[in-house]
Amino acid sequence: MLYEREGTTHMNESSKQRSQLSKWSMVGKDPYSIPIEQIDLSHPGIWQANEYLPFLKRLREEDPVHFCSKSAVGAYWSVMKYKDIMEVDTSPDIYSSEPTIGIVDAFEEFTLPSFIAMDPPKHDEQRRIAQPVVAPANLKNLEVIIRERACKILDELPVGEEFDWVENVSIELTTQMLAVLFDFPFEDRNKLTYWSDMTTAIPSKGGVANTQEERWAAIQECLEYFQRLWDERIKQSPGFDLVSMLAHGEATKNMPAKEFLGNLLLLIVGGNDTTRNSISGGVVALNENPAEYEKLRRNNDLIGNMVSEIIRWQTPLAYMRRTATRDTELRNKKIGAGDKVVMWYASGNRDEEVLERPDDFWIDRPNARQHLSFGFGIHRCMGNRLAEMQLRILWEEIMNRFEHIETTAEPARVYSSFVKGYTKLPVVLHGL
Amino acid sequence: MISITYIEHDGTERVIEARPGSSVMLAAVTNGVPGIDADCGGSCSCATCHIFVREEWLTKLEEISPIEEAMLSLSPDRKENSRLACQISVSEELDGLVVTTPEFQF
Repeated sequence: MLYEREGTTHMNESSKQRSQLSKWSMVGKDPYSIPIEQIDLSHPGIWQANEYLPFLKRLREEDPVHFCSKSAVGAYWSVMKYKDIMEVDTSPDIYSSEPTIGIVDAFEEFTLPSFIAMDPPKHDEQRRIAQPVVAPANLKNLEVIIRERACKILDELPVGEEFDWVENVSIELTTQMLAVLFDFPFEDRNKLTYWSDMTTAIPSKGGVANTQEERWAAIQECLEYFQRLWDERIKQSPGFDLVSMLAHGEATKNMPAKEFLGNLLLLIVGGNDTTRNSISGGVVALNENPAEYEKLRRNNDLIGNMVSEIIRWQTPLAYMRRTATRDTELRNKKIGAGDKVVMWYASGNRDEEVLERPDDFWIDRPNARQHLSFGFGIHRCMGNRLAEMQLRILWEEIMNRFEHIETTAEPARVYSSFVKGYTKLPVVLHGL
Repeated sequence: MISITYIEHDGTERVIEARPGSSVMLAAVTNGVPGIDADCGGSCSCATCHIFVREEWLTKLEEISPIEEAMLSLSPDRKENSRLACQISVSEELDGLVVTTPEFQF
C-alpha cells in the first residue's frame, strides 16, 4: 500500500456532493460547540472546504492526543502537538509504518509494498538505493536542467489574462522534473502524473478512477512501461536515473515486480502532489499576505528561507499514520497494541508552544527549517532537497519576470484529508 | 571554554569557543558556522548536522547510539568518521576537537 485509498480525488461535482451528503462530514459545524469526542479529522470535507484549522487548534488546546472512536475509517488516535509528533515519528519500534501510512487499511489484493510502509531493516536497505538520485550531490547536476525547464514554462505563460496556475505551472513543472529523475521519455511525461493520480484515487463514479479495476489497470500499465525501461537499462552501464539505480542496485536488482512497482509509485507520488501543491501554496500565501509579497520584491535573498516557510504553511501532506506495536502511553493516554496513530503534521506546524505566530506566513521567519512537513526520523522525506531546490529556482525565475501573480478567485482544494493542496488556482500575471 | 575547529568543505577554518554541556551542533549554529542545518533542533532525527570527526578524536567520543546509527546510515555521504554533531556533547576532554562539515547536508 502506497498512500491511503481515501487519498486524492480531484474536486468535481460528485466529490462535492459526497462531502455534503456524507454523515461523517464536519463541514459547516462549529468546531467549539460540538462535543469534543465527535471531532473526526479523517473525513476530507473540512480539508476541501478549508475549515480544518479551528478544529486542529481546539484539539491542541483541549485534547492533544485525541481518540476518535467512530469514523468512516474506524477508530484512530490523533497526535496534535509538535513535540508529541516528534516523539512518535522517532520511535519506529513502538509506532510502526507497517502495514500502511494512510488512515485507511489497504485492500490486500490492491496493495503494493514500498519502503515508506516498511520498518527497518528492509526499509533502510531499499531506501539507501534510491537515496543518491535525490541527494544534493546529484541535484547539483540537475539544477541547470531544472532552471531551463522552469524558465521555458514561465516564458510561455500569458501576461494579463486569466489562466490556471495549477495546470500550467505546478503540474507541468513537477511532471517534467519526474521525467528527468526517471530519465523517462519526455513526450510520454503526462503518463507519470496520470499514474500518480490513479495511485492515490478513491474509485468513485465520475472521479479520477470510476472503479477499482480501472485504477488497477492504469497501475498495471505503469508497471509494464517501467518494466520495459528496466529491461533497457539493465543492459546499459549504471546511470544516475532512478530506474537504472534500482535495476543495478544490489538490494533491489532482484526485487519482485510488485515491489519494484510499489517503490516506483512511491517515488512518483512522493515527487508529484507534494511539490505541486507547495508551488501553488506559495502563490496563495503571498496573495493572502501582501506585506510579505512586498518584502520579497524588495529582497529576493529571502527566497531560500521563504521556501521553508511555504512548505510549513502549506504542509502538503496533512498527516502520516503509524500503528502501535505494543501497549504504550502518550501524554497519559493509553494507546493499545494495533491502534492507529495519526500524526497531524498540519497541526504540529501551527503549534503555538513551539512556533512564534504560527498562523502567520512570515517569509523571514527565524528557524523556518524546523517544520514538520518532511517528517523526522528514519522516514524523513527523501526528496526534501529536491523539493526545496525546485521551489527556490522557480521563485528566483518568477521574481525575474513578474511583479505580481495575482489570484483572481478562491482556489479549489483537493478532496482529501491526506494530500493538502489545490485543484485550481486562477491567476493573472503582471509583468515587471 | 573549549575550543572546536570546524573546517568547511572548501577548507575554510573557524575556531569556536564552546561551553561545556553544549553540543558540537549548538556551538556551530549559535556561532554562525555554515554547513550545519540542524533542522530537527538537536533531537537526532534529521541527520542535517552530519560532520566528519578528525581521526584522533574518534576514541574520545561516546559511542554511536542505535538511533544515531539509523539516521547516519541513510546518508549517501556516510563515512567511517561520520557523526551527528547534535549527539556530541562538549566537554573538557574535547578541547581542541577538529571536525569537517560535508559539502551538502542531506
